[in-house]
Amino acid sequence: MSGIAVSTTINGDDVEFLCQAEETLLEVLRDRLGLTGAKEGCGTGDCGACSVLVDDRLVCSCLVLGAEAEGRNIETIEGMADGDKLHPLQRKFIEHAALQCGICTPGFLIAAKDLLAKNADPTEEEVRFGLAGNLCRCTGYDKIVRAVLDAASEMRGA
Amino acid sequence: MDFDPSYTAQQFKSVGTRPLRPDGVDKVTGRARYGADFNMPGQLVGRVLRSPHAHAIIRKIDTSKAEALKGVKAVVTAADLPDLTDGDADLYAILSNCMARDKAFYDGHAVAAVAAIDARTARRALKLIEIDYEVLPHVTDVDEAMKDSAPLLHESVFTDGVDPAPAKPSNVARRSQYGHGDVDAGFADADMVVERTYRTEQTHQGYIEPHACVASVNNDGTGELWVCTQGHFVYRQWCADLLGMDVSKLRVTSSEIGGGFGGKTHVWAEPVALALSRKAGRPVKLVMSRDEVFRASGPTSATSIDVKIGAKKDGTITAASATLRYTCGPWVGMWAELGAMTAFAPYDLKNVRTVGYEVLVNRPKVSAYRAPSAPMAAFAVESAVDELARKIGMDPVDFRIANVAKEGTRASYGPVYGPIGIGPTLEAVKEHPHMKAPLGKNQGRGMACGFWFNFGGQTCTDLNIGADGTVTIAVGTVDVGGSRASLSMVAAEELGIPYEQVKAIVADTSSLGYNDMTDGSRGTFSSSMATISAARNAIRIMRARAAQMWGIPVEDVVWEEGHAKAAGAKHGNLPPLSVREIAAAAGNTGGPIAGHSELVADGAGVSFATHICDIEVDPETGQTRVLRYTVVQDAGKAVHPTYVEGQYQGGAAQGIGWALNEEYIYGKDGRLQNPGFLDYRIPVCSDLPMIDTQILEIPNPNHPYGIRGVGETSIVPPLAAIANAVSNAVGVRMTHIPMSPPRILAALEAE
Repeated sequence: MSGIAVSTTINGDDVEFLCQAEETLLEVLRDRLGLTGAKEGCGTGDCGACSVLVDDRLVCSCLVLGAEAEGRNIETIEGMADGDKLHPLQRKFIEHAALQCGICTPGFLIAAKDLLAKNADPTEEEVRFGLAGNLCRCTGYDKIVRAVLDAASEMRGA
Repeated sequence: MDFDPSYTAQQFKSVGTRPLRPDGVDKVTGRARYGADFNMPGQLVGRVLRSPHAHAIIRKIDTSKAEALKGVKAVVTAADLPDLTDGDADLYAILSNCMARDKAFYDGHAVAAVAAIDARTARRALKLIEIDYEVLPHVTDVDEAMKDSAPLLHESVFTDGVDPAPAKPSNVARRSQYGHGDVDAGFADADMVVERTYRTEQTHQGYIEPHACVASVNNDGTGELWVCTQGHFVYRQWCADLLGMDVSKLRVTSSEIGGGFGGKTHVWAEPVALALSRKAGRPVKLVMSRDEVFRASGPTSATSIDVKIGAKKDGTITAASATLRYTCGPWVGMWAELGAMTAFAPYDLKNVRTVGYEVLVNRPKVSAYRAPSAPMAAFAVESAVDELARKIGMDPVDFRIANVAKEGTRASYGPVYGPIGIGPTLEAVKEHPHMKAPLGKNQGRGMACGFWFNFGGQTCTDLNIGADGTVTIAVGTVDVGGSRASLSMVAAEELGIPYEQVKAIVADTSSLGYNDMTDGSRGTFSSSMATISAARNAIRIMRARAAQMWGIPVEDVVWEEGHAKAAGAKHGNLPPLSVREIAAAAGNTGGPIAGHSELVADGAGVSFATHICDIEVDPETGQTRVLRYTVVQDAGKAVHPTYVEGQYQGGAAQGIGWALNEEYIYGKDGRLQNPGFLDYRIPVCSDLPMIDTQILEIPNPNHPYGIRGVGETSIVPPLAAIANAVSNAVGVRMTHIPMSPPRILAALEAE
């Protein structure tokens, strides 16, 4: 059984791994590298729970092959906080109770970070459409939208 | 425990505030460990083979080729899960659902499973299992299944609850009836009558985390199970029963749970994973795919409901009746019965009768979904109530207020109500600015009421005082919506210490006495009662320790504001002792300090809500858009108001999905055509507006703080509120849920 050797960067660290041709990036992150923050909610790119950034592009890691990580720069939820300092989005999600069960939270945070990188001052509607690729079944999205708008406001002021 | 009126809003220090949740940081950093995030040394990958047929006899299963594949460590079929149920029909249904025995009853029914060294090998092994099926005619529709000509799921099912007992078997497993008074006389008194038939389609709870577990069984008869569940003690009982293990030798740990909504109150994969581990002699991780989650787990009933309501011109309802037909999947449940019990609960009715039929069909075994069975019954009844109000020319809110149940009303399902919140929610809705806001073209407004019983049940809590005076509470009720925060607040309230000094954990089954599962909105209600009791026991001990430290009688020690204080003038000079000071001396005053509580939390107060919805309908396409949504619900006492709002908003969003989009679509072949989030579309962020909430607090007389469960009721009114809004927008009465664009267009064309 031969594996594919991959060299990549994850959350700023050089990482090397072997994977099978059919293995997704999500499976590699979770099962080979112990980065279980990205979740598999559907495996078909419909729920966004596995969202990561690949070269600053928001993707569902269940739709990317592990082998495609070669030479890329990957950012996962585990790299979002700066040491013990939470990212403003992470802090605002807790403060606004923008999570209940929390299974969708890592994906939402990555997607929200991507949204704010492209649009630092989104309207409520822009937040709603910007996060429409992520499913949450607990909150009804109300508090998530408020948390993202509040974080955006704080980040603009900072 | 009775409501203590000495607690008022002003006296609460912790309860009613909005602190940060203790599980927050883990959840925003990706550190929280869910069902699939845990591994054991030497772990194998488990996979399940599922029936592609809706109804088929399993003539023969040949697993020899799969077993011969290198890397396969175990293959199990029903033969590896022998029937140990000893005549317990409910347990036998669970067993048969976990692994098909002589027949596969639905598309997706498990027929075999493998454990292999990796996922690739496990997938290959499934393809090598040969099954000889004899495909049988199937039935998936509730009304079709009731016909004499319908394919029969079980030769042994004769309708229960009818007298005389039927001579022929059928798919109607049980009939139940509720009500009082003389319905026929009531209808004869009516000036106006509305009578209609309604349908709702089957939906799924749609939790984002698929079922996942890691099972490890040793050859000495002990085992461990890590699993995402709403009730690890109940899972332990079922798994031990089905595997023939001693309950105390199976240790079940509940992982962080990625949503359940009732769907994680039932076992599917767990007994199979344990059987695989027992056979392989190694731990096995079994995670469902989303396709499996849809095809094999969870769904709610599809229904067909007749409602008839009559009223006088002055707005008094004279009689109400309903016949409710609910699918159960292949085995009997009490789904129609719950619909029959809840249907008319908001109203004070002299003459009322509801009849429920539990109908067996070739669909997955129905499981609980947030206030199970109530949303469909409320959809039918609240639609008819709305139509009747319009027919007699009354405002729909006023019509409901004129007939509303109150303290002393005999409920349609039997008991007499204590203090209840339905009237106050209606009054609040009547005064709400939402009801007065203007509407535009193609827009409509609807409102509806909803009810859920709530539950209490068996509860056990340990409260341990640390050497530094901080406090740990170990609860056995799984936290699905923030109960670790709310229970910490309650412990802080009782002990008189800051919230930050309390840490709540969910203990595993070997560390704590039995707890019922987190269902029936019981989490905070029941465990707060046990937490209060445990804290009071700890205070009793701390008072005794303080008395010992001071050398005074314990009767002279009182507990105030987190301190032991010497009462009375004779001890006036003794400075109060804090929890920390008492804890620091514990080694010399009798050892560790803990409070325990084991109780049955009786008296869960019933819960009512009223919702308002504005909707816009595009008459060209049938597309709908929810413009504004308001939830008004009684919480008894909101421990953490932000999390109560979260429950209200989440339930409303699920109800909106159910009303407008979500449904199981079966082909003529009896196979599910949309087992994925692309084609089974739950609401996304851009589908919804902000969801406004108003929390009412009518204390529950059976809880010291007045707490009622708040988790479920919010999903009950939306189906009807939205159907009423759409009906008002398009001028056609909508009677079939979900109101997807094709169905709205069809209703417009039929008119």
